Amino acid sequence: MKIVNVTHGSFYAIGAYAAASMTAAWLARGYPPMLSYAVLVIAAILVAAPFAILIERAILRPLYARDEVVILLVTYALFLILEDVVKLVWGVNPYFIAEPYALLGSFQVAGMAYPTYNLILVAVALFFGLGLAWLLHSTRAGKLLLAVIHDPEVSRAMGINVGRYYLATFALGSLLAALAGAFTAPTVSVVPGLGVEVIVLSFAVVVIGGLGSLPGAAVGAVMVGLVRSLSVHYMPQVELFVIYFVMAAVLAVRPRGLFSLAEPRRI
Amino acid sequence: MSQARKPRERTVTILLAAFVLLAAAGPWLPQWAMFIMTIAFARGLVVLGLLLLLRAGLVSFGQALFYCLGAYSAGALGRFFGLSDIFVEMAVGGGVAAATAFVLGFLLARYRGIFFGLLSLALSMILYGLLVKSEALGSTDGFNILPSTLFGIRPGAEWVRYAVLLSAAAVALVTALLVHRYLNTPLGRLAPAIKDNEIRVEYMGASARRAVHVKYVIAGGLAGVGGALAATAVGHIDPEMAYWTTSGEFIFIAILAGTGNVIAPFVGALIYGAIHTLAYDLSPNTWQMSLGAALLVLIVFLPEGLWSLFNRYVRHS
Repeated sequence: MKIVNVTHGSFYAIGAYAAASMTAAWLARGYPPMLSYAVLVIAAILVAAPFAILIERAILRPLYARDEVVILLVTYALFLILEDVVKLVWGVNPYFIAEPYALLGSFQVAGMAYPTYNLILVAVALFFGLGLAWLLHSTRAGKLLLAVIHDPEVSRAMGINVGRYYLATFALGSLLAALAGAFTAPTVSVVPGLGVEVIVLSFAVVVIGGLGSLPGAAVGAVMVGLVRSLSVHYMPQVELFVIYFVMAAVLAVRPRGLFSLAEPRRI
Repeated sequence: MSQARKPRERTVTILLAAFVLLAAAGPWLPQWAMFIMTIAFARGLVVLGLLLLLRAGLVSFGQALFYCLGAYSAGALGRFFGLSDIFVEMAVGGGVAAATAFVLGFLLARYRGIFFGLLSLALSMILYGLLVKSEALGSTDGFNILPSTLFGIRPGAEWVRYAVLLSAAAVALVTALLVHRYLNTPLGRLAPAIKDNEIRVEYMGASARRAVHVKYVIAGGLAGVGGALAATAVGHIDPEMAYWTTSGEFIFIAILAGTGNVIAPFVGALIYGAIHTLAYDLSPNTWQMSLGAALLVLIVFLPEGLWSLFNRYVRHS
């Protein structure tokens, strides 16, 4: 949609909080813990969806005509607001729900214990990535969406309901962020500031990969993850800055990211 | 001809009058007001640089880099050389920041739009990451700065704030006048053209990249001076000054103020300081929310910033 969305971090945090608090409540009542995975997902979707629809309809829609940078600032403002909303609703104390994580146990790879939950997470990520690619490139709706992104005006002239596509895209994107938060919640302690952390990281990921490119995002994510783990292992003191260093280095060589799409020039 | 020149001269008059007024009223101001105003001048200087870039359509999400560099240069002067003169600190802070901007400019001047913003953000986060891990400079805690002196004299306790405020105002006045002049030079006037259509600028024989580079260096230098000023006013510096939310604050002020005039950044910074203090005072836990809401309302209803209100008023009268 050509929107750099800072609010994405808030949706991640909202998803994590919703999942953590509802799963904790679920487990406290003594319901079967195996079903807590479903609770994670449903909680994130139920809480994030209304927020996403409200934000798109009420705030972003009137501003699409404005500059990309203005939209960036709008989402930044929303991010500031939501950050405090999260604190108001869920408080500032951390939430822990380790049950879904511990339940699956771990298995041995080359003599090291590796948690099964993380492995499943990789599978889930792959599933969503491939699913999204299929949705975008192989379905009617996806192809129409690509057309809308490329040129909203011509799409409108061709009879596509552009507003509906924008809403669907924004909602889908936000839901994915919320789900990511929900899936991560069991592996970390859910604390305020979660959104800030993830948003700067994901910016690095998409910029490395090239804005608007799915394979780019996947490659970027793997690069950032690897570089970060390697630096934690070998030189822990540079952990934070090495990610941005990679980002700056990639941009220096490929000004629009690794998998960037060609842009028309306006004369 | 005289008609066309009028608004320019008015800006100069307003700036000079404001300075004289502030200098005269200063001793009667309460200490906290002086502090808020000094910080507003520091932020205003950064935003003045941002204004140059914004006029060319470039949003730097990394002015905190130079702000922090200026502050740490000023701090290092006191820590390693025992120097604490305000003007020396500001000169060195600005110089270091401008030199860094000059080097980084070779890379950044090639980028536009969102990429310019994100790359500058990455650069400032690199500095943040470095400072957090450097034990010699206090890591995440930062370190304290020596009390400010002025031309080798240490003002008495009740006069320190006033002396710092006056120096800040003087520096702000001079830089605002210089930037005001710059905006009317051919290089300064290239900014809206670059924003509008860069390829046409090149067709006319001007180098957009060079113009952007020059603006970036000026903006970096101004942010460095602002950082040094903030450092000496607060008396403490930490890596948080390079964090991306600090850059966000500067952009907030720039949007609040608008890019119409060199006075706007300082007015904007003052109003921002007031909103910030008020929001923090009224609801310490939700001040971010108030700030976000204010920013949102401004973008929706006043796209050209507060300065456009003033212009509308002038045009009607």
